[in-house]
Amino acid sequence: MIDTIGAASGEALPPQRVYGRTDDESSLREIARVIRQDIIRMLACAPSGHTAGPLGMAELLTALYFNAMRHDPANPDWPERDVFFLSNGHTAPVLYAALARSGYFPVAELATLRRLGSRLQGHPERKTLPGIESTSGPLGSGLSQAAGYAHVLRNIKRVRGRFVYTVMGDGEINEGNVWEAAMFAGKYRLGNLIAFIDRNYIQIDGATEDVMPLTHLRAKWESFDWHVIEIDGNSVRAVVEAIQLGKAVSHAPTMIIANTVPGKGVPFIEYDHRWHGTIPSSTQAEEALRILNGGLDA
Amino acid sequence: MTTYPIAPDALTKPHLEPIRFGFGRGLLAAGELDERVVALCADLTESTRMHLFRDRFPERFVGVGVAEQNLVTVAAGMAHAGMIPFTSSYAAFSPGRNWEQIKTTAALNDQPVVVVGSHAGVNVGYDGATHQMLEDIAIMRVLPNMRVIVPGDSLEAERATRALAADPAPSYLRLARDKTPIFSTPDSPFEIGRAYLLADGRDVSLIATGTMTYHALVAADALSRKGISAEVVHVPTIKPLDSATILSSLRRTGRAVTIEEAQVAGGLGGAICELTAAEHPVPVLRLGMRDRYGESGGSTELLEKFRLTGTQIAEDVDRLIQG
Ligand SMILES: Cc1ncc(C[n+]2csc(CCOP(=O)(O)OP(=O)(O)O)c2C)c(N)n1
Ligand SMILES: [Mg+2]
Repeated sequence: MIDTIGAASGEALPPQRVYGRTDDESSLREIARVIRQDIIRMLACAPSGHTAGPLGMAELLTALYFNAMRHDPANPDWPERDVFFLSNGHTAPVLYAALARSGYFPVAELATLRRLGSRLQGHPERKTLPGIESTSGPLGSGLSQAAGYAHVLRNIKRVRGRFVYTVMGDGEINEGNVWEAAMFAGKYRLGNLIAFIDRNYIQIDGATEDVMPLTHLRAKWESFDWHVIEIDGNSVRAVVEAIQLGKAVSHAPTMIIANTVPGKGVPFIEYDHRWHGTIPSSTQAEEALRILNGGLDA
Repeated sequence: MTTYPIAPDALTKPHLEPIRFGFGRGLLAAGELDERVVALCADLTESTRMHLFRDRFPERFVGVGVAEQNLVTVAAGMAHAGMIPFTSSYAAFSPGRNWEQIKTTAALNDQPVVVVGSHAGVNVGYDGATHQMLEDIAIMRVLPNMRVIVPGDSLEAERATRALAADPAPSYLRLARDKTPIFSTPDSPFEIGRAYLLADGRDVSLIATGTMTYHALVAADALSRKGISAEVVHVPTIKPLDSATILSSLRRTGRAVTIEEAQVAGGLGGAICELTAAEHPVPVLRLGMRDRYGESGGSTELLEKFRLTGTQIAEDVDRLIQG
């Protein structure tokens, strides 16, 4: 379990520290690093799970949970909160780490990932864990739900200042449901909707461009009347700035194409689609934790 | 009397293999025999074992990306153009996501599309409720023109796949992820629409499908040591249902226990209740998932949690018979 990995590499229990909102770039980078270590630790304890996607998305979730979003871990249903839908549910480990480090539930619970009776189900479940807005795992339905929520806020209740976010995988946008949502959000000018594509160029069967090419990706979304921003999704500053730009556009939904490196931070995992659904062995986990700790024993 | 050949040592030290592996081999063999056989997959080519076919017949393989609605509708178009398409994904997504497309473009059109739903049941394990398809038997068996095949082991999956390719019609083939015991032999029969008597008995008929047939055999063995004589009827074709074989067993025993790794509502349990209510009313105990979703856990842990292991089934049957 988590302690074993820490102990094996000469460290006691990982710090159970919880983080609050910050504008400081180096603090955000540190949180992203801690989240990556949490992902590795939790997957090393787990019987199975996904590694590449979650590691690549650490800056996206860090920028959302520790900078951009208004939310209250003590009151997950706070009516004034911003709302986040994780559409690519297999990347649950990065969401679980961000929620735990925000204070939604104890960090130690990350060690129960995917075990019988755990609140940390293999894919996130709304009725099981505080902070989960919707159950996901089956791909392609996050954008529609985010759009539905955003439509109520913007065009029915006419609430200002609340935003709705979602993250999808690039393979995930093969799903027709995504493009149905794209038309809807464009039609209703959902300026309060900010969506991300985790553009890591991998899916299960291989490279995205071999499985189903996503050519002219920016133009595709622009032609659906979206405001499109393309960034380095592993730069937390770029993510924070892109969200600010998105918030400033009130007449169109924003799509942030976040170019990320699958497995980011752990060279032997990076860029390799075979790590989509493979977990690290305990030796690999120790090595990964050491690398994420700047070469020092984690 | 049963004449179905059962693997020696099936109950003591069975050989284990995932049911989907038999599909992979069967599809490859079908592809060798008939060049109209084509394969389509939605970004799960190795998990569903279609990579064997893809690597041998790259020009007859189509990868559609993560797009299950497109998967079956492209297949329906290919069927209309004269091919025999096998489509694969996880059962949770196909037929879980694309049911209406299957209904209209494959079943209502009567196009020979084979929908292969892998990773059905709770034995999916750690992925949890979203990935554990339990409603597929119910939603597929209500479709007119649709055949529903649920093989009990990998050898039978291989036979079933070849049979489906040789007799093209809209079909659903349900597969499982985890390694499961092989109880049949290379000489065991498989015909679409037939149920098989695996063990004779007098007191109760254990009517099982898919991964649960093996557990029914284990349960019958345990029950015999308690003096209860249980007949085991294996139902690899849920639709069209082999009413004759099932009713003749029930006329002998007078009691049915249905066992499936699926929702009992609308599943095999539902099918047997429909049959018995209309033709030969007997008490029916339905074992399987009872109006709840699965969850994350090891596949054996989950089978135990939902009381779907041979020993637990024997306990429940014993309780039923003791009254
Ligand atoms: C509807 C649906 N079909 C298929 C799957 C199986 N599946 C899980 S992840 C995945 C690949 C998704 O690719 P991407 O979104 O790029 O994720 P990444 O590999 O980058 O983490 C697939 C096909 C699924 N979860 N849901
Ligand atoms: Mg990807």
